[in-house]
Amino acid sequence: MKLGKKLLGLGIAAVVGIALTVSASAINSAEAGWEPKKPIEFVIMAGKGGGADKMARLLQTVIEKNGWSSKPLTPINKPGGSGAEALVHLNNASDPDHTIMVTLNSFYTTPMRQPKLGVDISTFTPIARMAEDTFLLWVNKDSGITTVEEFVAAAKAKGGDWIMAGTGKLSEDNLLTDFLNAAYDLDMKYVPYKGGGKVAKQLAGNHADSTVNNPSEQEGFYAAGTTVPLAAFTDNRLAMFPDAPTFGELGKEFVYYMQRSVVGAPGMSAEAATYYQELFAQVFASEEWASYRTKKSLQGELLQGDALMSYWMHERDVHRAMLQKMGAIE
Amino acid sequence: MEILANLIDGFFIAFEPLNLGLMVVGVVVGLFIGAMPGLGSVNGVAILLPMTFLVPPTSAIIFLAAIYYGAMYGGAISSIMLGIPGASTAVATTFDGRPLALKGEADKALIAAAVASFVGGTISIILFTLFAPPLADWALAFGDHELFALMMMAFATFVGLSGDDIPKTLFSICIGLVLSSVGLDIMSGEPRLVFFDIIGFMHGINFLVLAIGIYGIGEMLWTIESTRGEPSMSKAKISVDRIVSNLKEVSGTWVTALMASFVGFFVGILPAAGATPGSLMSYGFAKTYSKTPEEFGKGKVDGVVAPEAANNAASTGAMLPMLTLGIPGSPTTAILLGGMVIWGLVPGPMLFIEQEEFVWGLIASLYAANLFAAVINIGFIPMFLWMLKMPFTILAPGIFVLCIIGGFAPTQSMHDVWLMFGFGVAGYLMRKLDYPLAPAVLAIVLGPLAEPSLRQSLLISNGDITAFFTRPISGTFMAFAIFLLLLPIIKAVRARMVGNSSQ
Amino acid sequence: MKRAELVMILLMAAFSAYLMWKSAELPVGWVENEGPGGGAWPFWLAGIMLGTSVWSLVRWSRGISLPSQSDQPFMDEFALSSFLKVAVPLGIALGLIHFIGIYFSIPIFMIYYMRFLGKHTWPLTLSISIGTPIVTFFFFDIALRIVLPKGYTEPLFYPLYDMFL
Repeated sequence: MKLGKKLLGLGIAAVVGIALTVSASAINSAEAGWEPKKPIEFVIMAGKGGGADKMARLLQTVIEKNGWSSKPLTPINKPGGSGAEALVHLNNASDPDHTIMVTLNSFYTTPMRQPKLGVDISTFTPIARMAEDTFLLWVNKDSGITTVEEFVAAAKAKGGDWIMAGTGKLSEDNLLTDFLNAAYDLDMKYVPYKGGGKVAKQLAGNHADSTVNNPSEQEGFYAAGTTVPLAAFTDNRLAMFPDAPTFGELGKEFVYYMQRSVVGAPGMSAEAATYYQELFAQVFASEEWASYRTKKSLQGELLQGDALMSYWMHERDVHRAMLQKMGAIE
Repeated sequence: MEILANLIDGFFIAFEPLNLGLMVVGVVVGLFIGAMPGLGSVNGVAILLPMTFLVPPTSAIIFLAAIYYGAMYGGAISSIMLGIPGASTAVATTFDGRPLALKGEADKALIAAAVASFVGGTISIILFTLFAPPLADWALAFGDHELFALMMMAFATFVGLSGDDIPKTLFSICIGLVLSSVGLDIMSGEPRLVFFDIIGFMHGINFLVLAIGIYGIGEMLWTIESTRGEPSMSKAKISVDRIVSNLKEVSGTWVTALMASFVGFFVGILPAAGATPGSLMSYGFAKTYSKTPEEFGKGKVDGVVAPEAANNAASTGAMLPMLTLGIPGSPTTAILLGGMVIWGLVPGPMLFIEQEEFVWGLIASLYAANLFAAVINIGFIPMFLWMLKMPFTILAPGIFVLCIIGGFAPTQSMHDVWLMFGFGVAGYLMRKLDYPLAPAVLAIVLGPLAEPSLRQSLLISNGDITAFFTRPISGTFMAFAIFLLLLPIIKAVRARMVGNSSQ
Repeated sequence: MKRAELVMILLMAAFSAYLMWKSAELPVGWVENEGPGGGAWPFWLAGIMLGTSVWSLVRWSRGISLPSQSDQPFMDEFALSSFLKVAVPLGIALGLIHFIGIYFSIPIFMIYYMRFLGKHTWPLTLSISIGTPIVTFFFFDIALRIVLPKGYTEPLFYPLYDMFL
């Protein structure tokens, strides 16, 4: 059993070495300001490869590349139950100082639709709203449609056979479809898919007649001329799509954005919250983030702290009204 | 000619010292990540993504593609040596890889897997090089009806896999399909089958939880019992003579490898399908046309070659919709797509025109990474065989530990570890009573693809089932699926007729 | 074996029925403008599971299935004792992860297995049981950034994070 003895020797050496360094490094932790003590759990409220996931990984990469955080952010995807799993995970976080999450609009709708979760987002710690993503109405080039007027005429003619592809029942896409149906007196059929990328592909392959994708989901097809944006659900026209009017210009006042925010667990200490707010303000000001915002036509300024919380409360009321109108909640 | 010139330019890029070095490192890292049950190419690529910010995009994607390749090769290693599929793409490899290892022929299975992966990868890169843009159109033409028909074809190939107990096989398929529907139902937006309101069921039941439970924990318990605690794991040796004779035997399976490469590639390029259905279908086809189908599942080299050639072909194929359409064909390519966004590249039809250096550098590096992966993989075989020679009472706790970590790593939730343990114990008890479990594992992979496509198709065609048969691509697949389902009956009738006439 | 098979078939039939009942929380038929309801897929498949269980029951009563022809006990003495010696400690090890974390639970399980079931020498047992978590820590927590659960032992790892991350 010579091998065994050798291995044991190695093991003992390793343990002793670690113990020594433990005592050595305990000394230099008395610096000023809060610093994370362990890897920061970076929960993503969506599946791998989706819009939120791409953004989260970009944030992580920017932080890591510039060495802005002494401990790494470890991304964990928790897409379960429209973000219900992620919300509950954050709500029950055992170490709130090291748990943050990238969130989107299901942050408002999921706790309303699933009251059993016992999640109250007003208890969460606001860190930073990094951007607001935009929505446009898209059709395939082969349809020959170039304006909303033509779209309405074509959709009326097809009635219930006009297929609008979107991301899941009662999701953002579904809210927008309901708006279009009501505003233009249409009867489009809403078919849910898993993820915006798949929705975009349905349109490019002519399996759906229209979609309400984010620019980042359609940009590849748009660049190739396969799909055409008709109008934007924004306040002003987007620089990337100058020919697509806003719905406001067309006389239908409807503006809708998808928030891209970072939120901390409830009960996070004020020191930790300040640390993360400063960290993400730094990311927001970075060149990488600025160029990503331009490329993806992202809107919305940086919101932090109380301003972010009051923004959430306002949006929550807006979404409650929308869901009530759809009959999804009481 | 233009393609050839582009490709040569690409090779110059791929063989720059930085890129070459990244490729070798990527393959080795991928090999080990893939060989770990529970970790697959998705984890490797996701974790190393931020590191690639340090190098130019072309080098970065070459590095990630090398990890992807390495992990695809590595997946076969745990399937063969431990009998635990490290990723869903390697499930079919266990069917014959594991029996070969138990017979003391692990070296043969490992070499067959490496060679088949190489063949599958190479054929699909050639197809990729020559036909990428037209193939993108074929991928786009695939709607919900076609996807569901494809899934029916995959299910039909399982019929040949079933044991003798038909009701228990059916039961196993159905339980896999039902378990696959746990979690959020995207079509209605409602959570479903969240047992006892336990929040962990919200994310559904991951394929790996069932696979590691059944093939890891369950299989170990079974091995301990059936061998009375003294199992002789593989006593495979390695020598030059054995390698030569193994290579000879493997080269006899070239028809299977060729068939599997084409099947894998064409299934792989379909957005959403990924490499798993391709590898299962190839195994089913190989068994269907084989002259000795009864040898499958007992350690036939063809049974290792078919899924391995197919899953490598499919993983290359999955890059095609990612690059040309911006739609990931598999979870791993979804992460790669995220990477391209970070690097500021816009995937889509214009990529081939605007980013020639990137695209051709990547294609050329796929050829090279594939070759490196095969050579490096074969080089590590002696080390893996040495590990198998350890006494069982050291190996066994090690495998249990791997199962625990492998169950935890993908979702980082203890809920899944407990579920895996439960599946392992239940699987062990059911296996003793002649319940086949492989169909359940396969069904939980295909369920999430089949169910939404069925419901989306029915919604689009207003509940009209005939649409599956009247659309050309979907109709062809359905007809073929029905033929495969009826094949055992046709064979039985023919056998009976031959039997009657000889009396 | 014969009795065990009957028990298993009945258990599985009951489980199928439970799944059907649970699926029926969502609509199982056709929903206007939504296609098949959310519960339809699991409900009808669980129905098939119930049907195949009845079929298995028929085969059992006629003695067609293999276990129903077997006179051997389902769990003989060896099977039962090895099951208790392996599966139960594994379950305990899993439970301990919640308290002392994976890095202390794993060595305990490995020491138990190698020393008491495998009868290996102490030096070999200890070196592997201590080496495994160290290698695991560097591979998962440090290299792959997959943070494994540590329970109440988390603070012990802070200095390690400071050093290696």
